[in-house]
Amino acid sequence: MKPAPFKYLAATSLEHALALKAEHGDDAKFLAGGQSLMPAMNFRLARPEVLIDINGIESLAGIRPDATATRVGALTRYRVLQRDASFTRAFPLIGEALPHIAHPQIRNRGTFGGNLAHADPASELPAITLALAARFRVQSATCERWIEAPAFFAGALTTDLKSDEMLVEVELDLPKPRSGACFMEIARRRGDFAIVGVAAMIGLDDASQCSDVRLSFCGVGETPVDASAAAEILVGQPLTEKTVREVAASVQAMIDPAGSVHATADYQRHVAGVLTERALQTAYQRARNGH
Amino acid sequence: MDIDLHDVTLSVNGTKYQRRVESRLLLSDFLRHDLSLAGTHVGCEHGVCGACTVLLDGAPVRSCLMLAVQANHHEISTVEGLANEAGEYHPLQQAMHDHHGLQCGYCTPGILMTMTAFLDENRSPSEDEIREALSGNLCRCTGYQNIVDAVMTAAERMRG
Repeated sequence: MKPAPFKYLAATSLEHALALKAEHGDDAKFLAGGQSLMPAMNFRLARPEVLIDINGIESLAGIRPDATATRVGALTRYRVLQRDASFTRAFPLIGEALPHIAHPQIRNRGTFGGNLAHADPASELPAITLALAARFRVQSATCERWIEAPAFFAGALTTDLKSDEMLVEVELDLPKPRSGACFMEIARRRGDFAIVGVAAMIGLDDASQCSDVRLSFCGVGETPVDASAAAEILVGQPLTEKTVREVAASVQAMIDPAGSVHATADYQRHVAGVLTERALQTAYQRARNGH
Repeated sequence: MDIDLHDVTLSVNGTKYQRRVESRLLLSDFLRHDLSLAGTHVGCEHGVCGACTVLLDGAPVRSCLMLAVQANHHEISTVEGLANEAGEYHPLQQAMHDHHGLQCGYCTPGILMTMTAFLDENRSPSEDEIREALSGNLCRCTGYQNIVDAVMTAAERMRG
């Protein structure tokens, strides 16, 4: 339960970190909050030869709100997001999910970008970035590019990041007025990985009919799952028990959970249906109530 | 691979230390073995049990998920620093004693560090808030009730 030997390099700037990554490539890992990487190293499931510590790079942390979008630096810790009332008000989906992410001690260290770059399909934030249609700014020593949320997640614990790239920030569009959001999850204990988690966003038109519905899940596949297609039947009509049940049935047909010793695939599918109904109804009510 | 060594300077419970550490040395092991501060307990070593919780610049963190080299130029607080200079218990330590909030005691240092930081921020916590704050610390003996009672009492005494 101790990490294998590695070379530790404390990056002093983003340029420095990217130059080190360009030099060491796949042999090196960035160390952000370390709340997933360090357990993997303690178990020796991960044995990077070089660890590039980015915790000293202040420019990577912080929340930068704008008129239409907010940028969250990769090194922003969960705790900072949780304590920023204007951020959690602007992005209630994230505000509602944060208490589900592990425990206070983990949230003091764990980072927004570290979570996303780790790409655990059972984790909350990847699914939420799908529901929010987030954009990921990725940098290497020589270039910069933007990746849309669905394309960023390539597989279980696998992203579209190349060996010389770092996720530096995430851009989130502000939800439209008259929209409502809801995040729910079922876990065996508070803070455990989700058996199923759901993120729902509903936008309403002037006649209080659904104009935009987004639905995504964590814990039910190899990647976070975008199930917005299953909710398309809601667009152009008010939400009813019947239509919500139809969406839940489509979700159940669409997902392919792996099951585990704690929850069979059938049980996960059942829970996904129940949470779909609850989350859509709650998001709809919130949209109608104007928050 | 050559042994990767780094010089670190840090403060633990207000005392400054300078040591040379291997990069892979965990903060928890550094405190216990290099500084002989064995009050910080090591349970699961992968961030689940909370026994190794210490304060990093005042905020509770898992010391098994941090490298000693990462603590360079930071302030660490451990259970050894909770009692005051006269040797009197912190109000939470006293309340844990009064309420029988520990049995085997293995989880206790982590719980004390987590909950003293919590009480510094919230002097009037509800029972639910205490349970939420305590959720990252496993205790297999007490069933938690006496710990929750102790935190409630400590909060009351700290309010004066």
